[in-house]
Formats: sequence, structure tokens, C-alpha cells
Amino acid sequence: MNTSTIAIETKAALDGALNAAAGVRKESSVEVTDYSNRQTVGRITVDNPKMVCRGVNVYYGEKHALKNVGLDIGANEVIAFIGPSGCGKSTFLRCLNRMNDTIATCRVTGQIKLDADDIYDKSIDVVQLRARVGMVFQKPNPFPKSIYENVAYGPRIHGMVNNKAELDELVYASLERAGLLKEVEKRLDEPGTSLSGGQQQRLCIARAIAVNPEVILMDEPCSALDPIATAKIEELIDELRENYTIVIVTHSMQQAARVSQRTAYFHLGDLIEVGDTDQIFTNPRHKLTEDYITGRFG
Amino acid sequence: MNKPNSATVPATSGRDIKTIVNASLPRRHAAERRFRWYGLIAISLGLAFVVLMFANIIGKGYSAFWQTYVQVPISFDAAVLDPQGNRDAKAIEGADYGALVRAGLRAVFPNVQGRGELRTLYALVSSDAPQELRRTVMANPALIGATQEVWLLASATVDTFVKGNIDRTLDETERPIKDNQVAWIDKLAAAGKVEQRFNTLLFGSGDSREPEQAGIRGALMGSFYTLLVTFLLSFPIGVATAVYLEEFAPKNRWTDLIEVNINNLAAVPSIVFGLLGLAVFINFFGLPRSAPLVGGLVLSLMTLPVIIIAGRAALTSVPPSIREAALGMGASKLQMVGHHVLPLALPGMLTGSIIGMARALGESAPLLMIGMVAFIVDVPRGFMDPATVLPVQIYLWADLPERAFVERTSAAIMVLLGFMILMNGLAIVLRKRFERRW
Amino acid sequence: MLSYLLLTLVLLSIGGYYLGRNRAFAVANGHIRNLHSLPSFYGSYTALWCGLPALIVFAVWATLQPGVIIDLVVAGLPPELRELPPDRLNLVINDLKNLVSGNIVSSTPNPAILEAANRYRNLQTIGNASLWVVVMALAIAGIAYGWRTISPTLRARNRVEQVVNLFLIVSSTIAIFTTVGIVLSVLFESILFFGKIPITEFLFGLQWSPQTAIRADQVGSSGAFGAVPLFTGTLLISGIAMLVAVPVGLMSALFLSEYATPKFRATAKPALEVLAGIPTVVYGFFAALTVAPVIRDLGTALGLQVASESALAAGLVMGIMIIPFVSSLSDDVINAVPQSMRDGSYALGATKSETIRRVLLPAALPGIVGSILLAVSRAIGETMIVVMAAGLSANLTANPLAAVTTVTVQIVTLLTGDQEFDSPKTLAAFALGLVLFTVTLILNIIALHVVRKYREQYE
Ligand SMILES: Nc1ncnc2c1ncn2[C@@H]1O[C@H](COP(=O)(O)OP(=O)(O)O)[C@@H](O)[C@H]1O
Ligand SMILES: [Mg+2]
Repeated sequence: MNTSTIAIETKAALDGALNAAAGVRKESSVEVTDYSNRQTVGRITVDNPKMVCRGVNVYYGEKHALKNVGLDIGANEVIAFIGPSGCGKSTFLRCLNRMNDTIATCRVTGQIKLDADDIYDKSIDVVQLRARVGMVFQKPNPFPKSIYENVAYGPRIHGMVNNKAELDELVYASLERAGLLKEVEKRLDEPGTSLSGGQQQRLCIARAIAVNPEVILMDEPCSALDPIATAKIEELIDELRENYTIVIVTHSMQQAARVSQRTAYFHLGDLIEVGDTDQIFTNPRHKLTEDYITGRFG
Repeated sequence: MNKPNSATVPATSGRDIKTIVNASLPRRHAAERRFRWYGLIAISLGLAFVVLMFANIIGKGYSAFWQTYVQVPISFDAAVLDPQGNRDAKAIEGADYGALVRAGLRAVFPNVQGRGELRTLYALVSSDAPQELRRTVMANPALIGATQEVWLLASATVDTFVKGNIDRTLDETERPIKDNQVAWIDKLAAAGKVEQRFNTLLFGSGDSREPEQAGIRGALMGSFYTLLVTFLLSFPIGVATAVYLEEFAPKNRWTDLIEVNINNLAAVPSIVFGLLGLAVFINFFGLPRSAPLVGGLVLSLMTLPVIIIAGRAALTSVPPSIREAALGMGASKLQMVGHHVLPLALPGMLTGSIIGMARALGESAPLLMIGMVAFIVDVPRGFMDPATVLPVQIYLWADLPERAFVERTSAAIMVLLGFMILMNGLAIVLRKRFERRW
Repeated sequence: MLSYLLLTLVLLSIGGYYLGRNRAFAVANGHIRNLHSLPSFYGSYTALWCGLPALIVFAVWATLQPGVIIDLVVAGLPPELRELPPDRLNLVINDLKNLVSGNIVSSTPNPAILEAANRYRNLQTIGNASLWVVVMALAIAGIAYGWRTISPTLRARNRVEQVVNLFLIVSSTIAIFTTVGIVLSVLFESILFFGKIPITEFLFGLQWSPQTAIRADQVGSSGAFGAVPLFTGTLLISGIAMLVAVPVGLMSALFLSEYATPKFRATAKPALEVLAGIPTVVYGFFAALTVAPVIRDLGTALGLQVASESALAAGLVMGIMIIPFVSSLSDDVINAVPQSMRDGSYALGATKSETIRRVLLPAALPGIVGSILLAVSRAIGETMIVVMAAGLSANLTANPLAAVTTVTVQIVTLLTGDQEFDSPKTLAAFALGLVLFTVTLILNIIALHVVRKYREQYE
């Protein structure tokens, strides 16, 4: 954890240094904001980064949805993105495995690195990237296949196993790690859609971890679930941290507080504040963050 | 804040995901490219068929818009035309104009001797040439006694030959035109007495056994009357049904039944509607065979589902707020529909109806059943006259072996497609013009 | 003549509208608020009284008149003609009608028929004249009645709306009547047919040669009405069509919805749909004059025996016709698969084709099957292509290079040309129609049901 080394730096200073380091094109027409003090507050770097993002801008056609965001994601940490809806959390999350590529109007600039690889570099294959950076969506989206086939899908397409026995083992292990095996062991042939919402979401998590990714992105994974299912997923996230780096978008501050070590607060496309979760919730340094966590808007 | 990690489950795979995926990439990208190619090939095939068919039909048919005429000196011999010398119109009309034509041809080729050879000479011009002369003389009796160069309609064989569709290098027995005919035509052509003109007969006359005299006017008028009946019946009834089902009908089993019915009718083979027309309209009600009225009745039953479905879509696209506003002002439900909903939905309904009409225009199978497939020379002048329609005319001509009919069939297809493009274009314009975003 | 009567009626109704409206103004003493309804409703009320009863009488009269006249004329025929058996009498009546409408009659008519034709013409003139009188009288009486009953308290709007409502309801039942009409007409004639030919022979017989049964007194006249060769022929041609249409249509739909840029899609999709708008007679022409010769020449070059009216040519062209049908239906179905399915697959690192083959297609399968069933039903019922490009001889074969015939071809050949209506030959056409209608109806119902269920799943 990085609680000991919080520093407040002005965004301008940081941007200059980081942009120079990353060789990022600077957008000349950055919108002028009326928050005079809008700048990233808190330390965006970590000692042991899994992903490094610098000067990330996202446009949907003309709309500037994410503005010059710089952030590190530490290895084996759970980092939560919070902020009012429409502030660009999902947009940023989808940058991390290039799911934005599937949106025709979407344009991303800046640099995002996974370990040493620039994921927007021409030499990087999205297929490989997405195998390394898995994703779980807001609404559970199991494929219209059996539970077994849902989990086996990733290993099959990537050619991760050589025979049925290996595949069985992998599927069982993934379900086990997603905490679902006991509930579905007897009904692996039933369609994934026959499960309850919480089970479906855990199936999606099992599906994601069957590929053995390095990072798992979760976009409000519990927003469609009831409190008990939510608790199970949160527990699961905590266990998964051992082996994976997890980025979770949530609109529930309690959830962020429960599962994450670091938290980043977004507002209207800007990364406003980032820091240790404890600190963000007990002692926010930015007025907007404070307004948000005290429930004044969002 | 965080519970201690259980950290009991080991990672599934010892191997690194990055290397595993990398190993699979070439194979998968090849498969991806292949699949993409299949898609591209499929769509290109589809588009190629469109192009091929249009090219094929235009290539075969464009020449039908021209027609060959030959210039022959005709002496309007008073002894033949008006032996009594009293300019009696009846006598002039009944005169033997064929003799004039034959004499004219002999005058051009005085060396031709013998019945057989003369017959081939006379076959250069159409059997309609005497009628043409008759019309000329009847319109202008002053011609009697004069001698004039007259352009006569060439026979279909000559026409086909002049258009280059008969290979002159073939042996005489293998082509429809004789060697001496070829020589005569060459001679006429060298003298500038062979000419291609716009084919007015194609648009001006009814069907005929002689290709050079056959036209689509009868079929066009038949199609016009048939479609008029279709529109007059199916549009009001279709709109009324759509309005009833969408705005007034209670949701119950009866209206469900109507709905299912309409959807199924839309998919009933067209020939079955022909059977219905034959059994009900002709055999039961005793309406005449081959009449545009019956054709229109059958086609309107076929078009109704299309109009109803389009009409309902147009009605549902009118936002409920408009209905609420009208009812809120104290309008009756019927006034609400008549004053507000219907005007807004009308363009959409019209668009659907025009598309339905275009389909009806191209329909032929059910019309075969009700006798609109007869050989009809006269241009129909009403809803009860025996008639045929353009697609059926195409069907009839397509069966005839002469090259000149193949050409005319293709031309008729071009006209038919032209009308369909026009109607669909109109529908698109209408939709663009009145399209509303709520 | 009668269209002028209709036109006059319309004009009278319009006149009635204005009369009624003015009358409403008059009875209201210039204060419209005194009236129960708006003046235009009083106008419509009067116009309806003018037009509606007259129109109904007109319709009934015009339908009945020909029959009544025929009966009268037949009653006036000399006994030796009147006593003819029904089918011969029908021929006489046909001759009569042709005479009346000025058409050429086959034989020189005998004096009795000439005289009858004269009487026919007279009766027709009298009938039409009385129709004019009656309809006009009714229309004017209607205006008068409407005009007289108009008073400020008359609920004109409600009356008019009742009539309009009735019109709406009656219109909406036409669809039902059409179906009932189809079922009754094919069923009725089929039952007559099965009275002459056993239904089992029809459904399971292997011999089809209706052409031998032209005359009842002919030797070996019973003909053969075993329809199995027609069914197999239909299936063969439809099968070939589906072999063309399903892969091409489905792949086109997949390419357009998953790979094509929006711009390409915006041009290619309508261009492909042009194929759906081309009349089938054009396809038939193309099949018979272009495709069939090409296939025959190709086959001959390969040393194969190809019939000039091969099933392959008809099937291929029919397949082309059905491509847009399959592609636009599948396109709808594929687009109905939620984006979240694609996202889920892409997020696992699947390529596009993997996503399509392993997620999209299985997810869309029911819908695609439904679309294919609809396409099959379209292929089975298609008429013009096969009439023009397939053969007439009922061969029981699965060889695509041979000539086969289909149900629709036989219906057309049996019913075009002049046949007496109740010979087994014409009745057979209705029996075939019954089979065709039943099979396509079942296919449609299943397909629509499957597609609807499929859509509900993703709603
Ligand atoms: N596909 C898209 N096309 C256009 N605009 C989008 C799209 N997705 C998101 N946006 C816009 O980008 C902004 C950020 O959206 P998002 O990242 O989804 O916000 P959230 O923080 O709620 O997840 C919003 O204003 C949204 O309207
Ligand atoms: Mg979001």
C-alpha cells in the first residue's frame, strides 16, 4: 500500500513531466473548465505499476469524454473508480482493454502501458491484450450456452488446453475460484441464463478468470444485483486480489471502501483526485471529492 | 478495511497467457481473414447477380427501342385504289394495298422472277405495311395517282438482321434470312434506303403475332386499370383496418386472430390468391375472365396485408402525446384520429402503399389463374375489357422463340423495371420528405 | 355506363354534404353553439344518407343482374336448347355472352341463339336503365330525408361516427374473409376432386399424367394423379434454391452487420434488396433464356447429360431471388442479439469471426431457422420462375440436371387454357393448391412463432 507517500502536486507540473516522459501529443483545444482548482490531486504513480496511463483523452465524435487522464494501476491492487454517472469511468475502464475499439465514433489518444507494452501500439494485438486484461460488465452477460461452455469459451478460443481433461480441470478450477462450483456442479449442462443474477455475474467472473488474465476490469459488477449477491462478489474480489490486478468501477462508495485499496474520483471527464481509499473517504483533499462523498451530488 | 487474503487457490495455468495467445494468433488471424473473405464474396455474389441481370436484360433489350424501316417507291395507282374514280371512301378503304406494296418492291428489284423468289422479296416488309399505306391514303386521299418514296416497316427478320443479331456468315439453311434477302437488304442499305427509327409501335400498339408489330400498350393499359382497382380498394380498406386495429380495437382474441391472419396472409403464395380469384370471383360471382376488375380484386387482397402492416407501423410512430393532447381538448376519439393522428401517419401509409403497388405491378402468377394470360390484340378501354398486364405480357413473349420477341421481352422488362424504380423512388422521396423525428 | 352512375352518385353526395351543412346553419339561426354537432357533421350525415343506401342497392343489383338476365334468357330459349345437359348449356351461354360483348364466336351461331343474344341485350339495357332510376331515386330520397331530419338536437356527429366505426370494423374483417375464402375455395374443389380420385392415390401415387384425361369418354381416360413426383420436384428445386440463398444471404447479412463500414452498408444493403424488388417473371426470363442454356452448355462440355429445363437452372435463379429475403431477415435477427453478447466475447479476446461463429450464430440460431423456414415457404410457393424455367414432365428423380416439375407449375398448366371447370384436371389444381396452402401456412406459423419467441427472449 502506498499510504505513506501521498504527495500533492499540481496537475500542470505533473503533466509537463509525464507528457514529456511519455511523448504524448498535447491537445491544443482542451476545454476551459470553470473549476479553477480542477487538477488531479494526489499521487497518481505507484511503486509497482501494472498499468501506466498518461495523457489519456477520449472523444466520442465531437464529445470530449475523458480529459488528459494520468494514472498508475498497481500490481495486485484493487483500485476503485468512483464519480457521478456520465463522468467517464466506464470510458476510462474500456480504454484499458481497448473495448472502445468496438465503438465506431470513439477515438483515444495518449499512452497506456501494460507492463512494458504500449497497448495502443500497432504491434499489439487486441486479441492478446484482451486475453491479458479481462472484463466483467455491469449487466451479467452469459452467452446463450451451457454453464460449462461459458467458462470453456475463453480457453477454447485461445487454445489454452490440449484435451478435454485439461479443459475440465480448468473449468472446474475457474468455477471454484469464482465461488460458484458448489452451486452449479450438478447442472453444468444447463444454460448460463438459467442462473440467478448474482450467479450469472459470478459465472462471468469465472469466464474471465478461466483465461488467466493479468488484470480484471469490472464495470459496476454489482449494480444489477441484490445485497447478498453483492456481498458474495465483494468477497470474491477480495480473494482474487491475490493473483490479479483488479480495476472496479462502482457508484457505491461503501463498496469502494470495502473492496479497494486505492480510489480514483472522476468528474465530467477529469480525474479529480486519487489516493488511498481510507484517505479519500475520511479526508478528501478536493472540494469536488468532498461534495461527492458527502452526498451533495451524484 | 481488508480481510486477510485467503490465497488458497493456485493459478490455473502454469504457462503465461501472453505466450499461449501469441502461439495461437497466426492460425486465428488466418481464420479471421478467411471468414471475412467469405462474407465479402457472398455480398459480391449478390451484387454481381444484380449487375449481371440488369446488364443481361439491357444488353438484350435496348435495341428493341429502334425499329428498321425500308424505303420503297409506292405508286398510289388509281386503278387499284379507286377503280370507279368517284373517291368513295368505302371503296378506297377496301382496296388491295398489298398490291401497292408488292408493286413497289418489284419496282426496286425488277429482276426478281418466279413465285418463290418474289415471296421472299415481299417478306422483306412487315405484313402491317399495307395497313400503314391504307391509313396514309385514308388520311390524305389526294395521294391517289401520285408516286412517292414511302418508308415501310421492315419485317422482324430483316430488323433482326439489320441490328446485327443474325450472323451473315452462317449457311443459308441455318439462319432465318435467305441469301437473296441479304443481298437485297445490302443493296437497299447501300442506297441509303434502310433506316432505324424510334420504335413507336412498341408503345403504341397491342400484342401481335408478328414481332415487328407487337407492342406493350395493351399490357400497359391493362396494368393501369388493374392497379387502379387495386389501389382504390386496398388503400382505403387497408388504412381503415390499420386505424381500427391500432386505435380502436379492444385487445381480445378476435383482434389477435385478425392480426395473426394478416401476418399469415402476407406470406401466402401469390398463386393461391389466383385460385381464390378463380373460384370466388369468376366461378361464384360470374365476373368475366381476363378483366382488369377481377385482376384488381385479387391483387388488392394480396396488397392489403402490406398496406395494413405499413399503416400500423406509421400509426405507432405517432407519439401518444399527440393523442392525449387532442383528447384533452375534448375531441372525440374519431376526431382525434381523423384530425391529428391520421394526417401525421399518412405519408408513412402512402409510402407503404406505393411499395405494395409496385409489388402488385410486378405480380403475374395469380393473374394467370384468372385468364389475364390470353392473347389480346385490342387495347383495353375499361375495367371489364379482356386485358393482360405487363408482367404477363413478358411471360407470354418470353415463350416465343423469335429473336425479335426476345428483344421485345427484354424491352418490356426494362419498361416494367423502370416503372418499379419510379414507384420505389417516389416512396423513398416521400419518406425522406415527411420523415419526422419525435 | 355504370361508372358514370357511380360518378353521379359521388357528385350527388357532395351536393348532399353542402345542403346538409347549410341546413344546419339555417336551423341553428346563425348560432352554431345551438347545434349538437359541428355543421360539417350535418353535412356528412346528409351525404351518408344520400350515398350509402344507394351504393348498397347498386352493389347488390350489379352483382345479381347478370345472373338474373341469364336465367331469363335461358328460360326463353327453345326447349331443345334449354334441355341440354348443364355443361353443354354452359357452352351455349358462353357463346351468347361472347356474341353480346361483340367477340368472335367459334361457330356460326344459330338463329335461336342470335335471337337470345338480342333479348339479352335488351334485358341488359332495361336492367341498367332501371338501376339508374332506382339508384338516383334512392340518393335523392336520402338527401331529402337527411335534410328533413336535421334539427339542432340531432346527434349528427354520433350518427356519422357510428357509420365510420362500422366501416372500420368491416374493413378489418376483410383479412379474415380472405383467409376463409381461400380455405373454402380450395377445400371445396379439393373435396370434389377427392370424390373422383382417392386422396391416398393423390398423396402417395408415383404417377402424374393429368394430360391423358382431357375427355371423359377417352380410352384410359382416368389419368394419373399421383402427386409425389410434384412434391419431390418442388423439394428438389427449393432445396437447390436454399443451397444458394442460405449461405450467400447469411454471409452477406453477417458481413454487412459485423464487418462493413456504415458507408458500405448504407449502399450495399439497398443494392442487395433490389433483388427482392425485381418481379419474379424477370427472374423466370433470366433463368429460361440465360442461365439454363449456360448450364446446359457447361454440362455438355463436361460430358454430362443436362436437360434444357434442368432443376438446377430454376433452383439457382430462385436462390438468387431469395438471397435478399434470407439476408434481410437474418440481418434483423442478428441485430436483435444484444451488444452485450458481442462485448462479452470481445472482452475475452475473441476475434470477430470467433465471436460470430461461437456466440452470435448460436444465439441467433432460432431466429435464423425461423427466417430460413419463411424463405423455404417462399421458395415452395414461387411460381413464375419454375413455370418459365422448369419442365412439365413429372419425373421422380433427385438429379438436379434432369427436368422436374413442381406443384405451382402444375397448377398453372392445369388452369390456363380452356377447361371445363369440374373436370378432374382442373379440380386437381385446387387439390394441389390445398397442399401448397397448408404446407406454406404451417411453415409460416412455425416460423413466425419461432421468430417471435426469439425476439421476446432479447426484449
Ligand atoms: N458510445 C458512446 N457514444 C457517445 N457518447 C458516449 C458513448 N459512451 C459514453 N458516452 C458519453 O461519454 C460520457 C462518459 O460516459 P461513461 O464513461 O459511460 O460514464 P460513466 O462514468 O457513467 O460510466 C458520457 O457523457 C456519455 O454520454
Ligand atoms: Mg458506466
